[in-house]
Amino acid sequence: MQSQRKIGAPVLVVEGVSLSFGGVKALQDVSFDVRKHEVRAIIGPNGAGKSSMLNVINGVYHPQQGRITFKGETRSDMNSHEAAAMGIARTFQNIALFKGMTVLDNIMTGRNLKMRTNFLQQAIWIGPAKREELEHRRKVEEVIDFLEIQHVRKTPVGRLPYGLQKRVELARALAAEPEVLLLDEPMAGMNMEEKQDMCRFILDVNDQYGTTIALIEHDMGVVMDISDRVVVLDYGRKIADGTPDEVRGDQKVIDAYLGVAH
Amino acid sequence: MAERLDTFPRLLLEHARVRPASPAIREKDLGIWQSFTWSEVAAEVRALACGLAAQGFQRGMNLAIIGANRPRIYWAVAAAQCLGGVPVPLYQDAAAAELVFVFQNADIAYAIAEDQEQVDKLLEIMPQCPKLKHVYFDDSRGLRNYAQPELMSYASLQAIGREFDARNPEFFLAEVEKGQASDIAAMFFTSGTTGTAKGVVLTHQSLITAGRTGAEMEGLTPSEEVLAYLPPAWIGQNIFSYTQPLVVGFCVSCPESAATVMTDMREIGPTYYFAPPAVLEGLLTQVTIRMEDAGWLKRKLYHYFMGLARRVGARILDAREPVAVVDRVRYWLGDLLMYGPLRNVLGMSRVKLAYTAGEAIGPDLFVFYRAIGINLKQLYGSTETSVFVCVQPNGAVKVDTVGPPVKGVEVKVTDAGEILIRSPGLFQAYYKNPEATAEVKTNDGWFHTGDAGYLDPDGHLKIIDRAKDVGKLKDGTLFAPKYLENKLKFFPYIREAVAFGHERDMVCAFINIDFDAVGNWAERRNLAYSGYGDLAAQGAVYELVRGCVEKVNADLAADPKLAGSQIHRFLVLHKELDPDDGEITRSRKVRRRFVAERYKVPIDALYGGKRDCYVETQVKFEDGRTGTIAATLKIVDAKTFPAAAARRAA
Repeated sequence: MQSQRKIGAPVLVVEGVSLSFGGVKALQDVSFDVRKHEVRAIIGPNGAGKSSMLNVINGVYHPQQGRITFKGETRSDMNSHEAAAMGIARTFQNIALFKGMTVLDNIMTGRNLKMRTNFLQQAIWIGPAKREELEHRRKVEEVIDFLEIQHVRKTPVGRLPYGLQKRVELARALAAEPEVLLLDEPMAGMNMEEKQDMCRFILDVNDQYGTTIALIEHDMGVVMDISDRVVVLDYGRKIADGTPDEVRGDQKVIDAYLGVAH
Repeated sequence: MAERLDTFPRLLLEHARVRPASPAIREKDLGIWQSFTWSEVAAEVRALACGLAAQGFQRGMNLAIIGANRPRIYWAVAAAQCLGGVPVPLYQDAAAAELVFVFQNADIAYAIAEDQEQVDKLLEIMPQCPKLKHVYFDDSRGLRNYAQPELMSYASLQAIGREFDARNPEFFLAEVEKGQASDIAAMFFTSGTTGTAKGVVLTHQSLITAGRTGAEMEGLTPSEEVLAYLPPAWIGQNIFSYTQPLVVGFCVSCPESAATVMTDMREIGPTYYFAPPAVLEGLLTQVTIRMEDAGWLKRKLYHYFMGLARRVGARILDAREPVAVVDRVRYWLGDLLMYGPLRNVLGMSRVKLAYTAGEAIGPDLFVFYRAIGINLKQLYGSTETSVFVCVQPNGAVKVDTVGPPVKGVEVKVTDAGEILIRSPGLFQAYYKNPEATAEVKTNDGWFHTGDAGYLDPDGHLKIIDRAKDVGKLKDGTLFAPKYLENKLKFFPYIREAVAFGHERDMVCAFINIDFDAVGNWAERRNLAYSGYGDLAAQGAVYELVRGCVEKVNADLAADPKLAGSQIHRFLVLHKELDPDDGEITRSRKVRRRFVAERYKVPIDALYGGKRDCYVETQVKFEDGRTGTIAATLKIVDAKTFPAAAARRAA
């Protein structure tokens, strides 16, 4: 398949970010960029600072040093509400869904920021609130169709197998129609078949909606297959940055992450 | 007018005239049921037909149609027929390699494909099928960047058609007018349980007559509801979701996806339902699993009322034999507490008429559905006969027969016991295969079904088995493998079984466990397993299966004719029999000869008295790659029962 998605200018630039928790230096002077429409992977061994990096971009953590430029706006830290409002959506390493709610309701929460009517209008459910809900529901149904989870639409999330829950979480992030999608270990704990499905969905999202994707992943095979560029962290420092092939051949990466070659 | 309604396009236009605003077909799209009225369908078909014509599709050409149940797939069938072309529906799960023969054999140049998956397959076979030049796809997802000149979207094709129609307003109706009842209406490729695929050629007249006879006999009305959930390439699906809706004028609903069929059934509430035994078995397995997970009280209630239903349910449904008042009251209570809710869960609350066809159904399975008040009836027929040959009549269902021949069908049994059929619904020929046609169809129009059976004193046809499968053990005992297999398959834990015994001194069997049912059973017992093969090899699972086999043996012992064919030894296969590996057909019939060759080693081990054997089998994965699975299979003896003792006990 020949993809025509055009990788554009950097949409997100991280410059010299350092983050520490007391004496623990989670990130030290990390810089990299994410270009429009690309699939960008952040990899590294356990404790390398991958999730911290994502949390900085997403505004959960506030770095002590450095700058983040998103869509031309530069700031020293993000705020998670602003990040969401500006078009950054994310999924979590340990699924953060409402277990007792149905798949449909969970995905509907992804539309929260797009809702214009207030909760009183919604409670009475007349006029604009009703129209708006139908509009959101249609969008959610498109996502459900896209990710092929029609059969569990009305099932409480807690009853679903793990792989499907991950897919529901992706659906919720997609429902927000993000420009940048941050995926925290989307394939962790999945079996081979589920991983393949997830890869296909990630690539489809990237291709169909043109969504920029930044993902953290443990599974090297997966990362190398689907990413355009990879940044490698180790002990909070960036040790490599480039295409999967470049990274794979980098001696520092091999030593730090893949083990010493024999 | 009525006598002119002899082709499908004429029927379609007639419905568009008589009931323009009634729903003709529905599909669930983005979570909402979308209806298309008869007049809308007629317009869509017209646009599509004109589009095909503008693209060079002509009378007599074959149009391949591959996809799941979607309105557009059915419109494609109608559009081809409007132009005097022949729709060739194909199994959507067929691998690319299987399609090559069909495309070459039928010189197919035009194809309608549902989505990227199907398009990919067609592009893959294009080098081997140089005649294939036009592929139209319905769902454009993932196809945005395909640049092949052969590809075009269904919507663009219809747009071309509308333009063409505006320039040639007379064209469409003139083409429909040219159609004759004796024209070929469709071609169905059947793989059968032996040999390569054959195209079964059916005319408008045969399909319409068969559909009409069935509809009249059962009193179908335009208000019926049907859910189209089986592969459109299967003749049964065509009869129930294309032919009969067009003959009678009722609405067909297409489910959202294969995984949502159960929910969609409940939402639509079909009044007319059909299912091959495999589907009914699957549903029963699900019910059984859920009941075993249920609380103590519910389980007790279920077992009590199912016992009652088995005893009196079918008699109450048939209203034939008297049932004691106390049992009626109990059954009424059962209906309130158990059967009604159960029918609702199955989505069968509104079912007035249900057929099972495609393969012999195990008696226990059949009785289960009738016992809970669903009017399930057996239907006998095949692709070659446009399905309707025999139907069990309302109120006179005999479990072990398929009922008397329907109106217009003649049945006769040869001295050798083979069933012959002559009917207006009979196929014309096998496509480009006069030898095969001559083999099964005589000059005076009798069709050799290849089934062994006889007409009972009431004129009901009883099918024993495929004539070539029925055999004898060395000591002369009758050996009917399908009968044994169906008995085994009634247990939720057993998904598939293959019995051996012809010209052997005893009967042995292969068992395929049902992964869902046995998996659930294992989880409740805290048995850890890593996958199908691992689960199948567990000692506890063997014990479970042995229990099932021994129950079957006890049952067989009660029948003096069959007592000799009790199952002495069996093994549990390490992989599921799979149509991709050619072990069963796409409609889930076991291909015995192939299985016997492929699994020669374990069969020899069964009869050679060994305790286990090592097998290596090649398997095809869904993406077309092949690999090998190896396992050491245990072989286990099952207890058999002396015929007389069991009879005393019973």
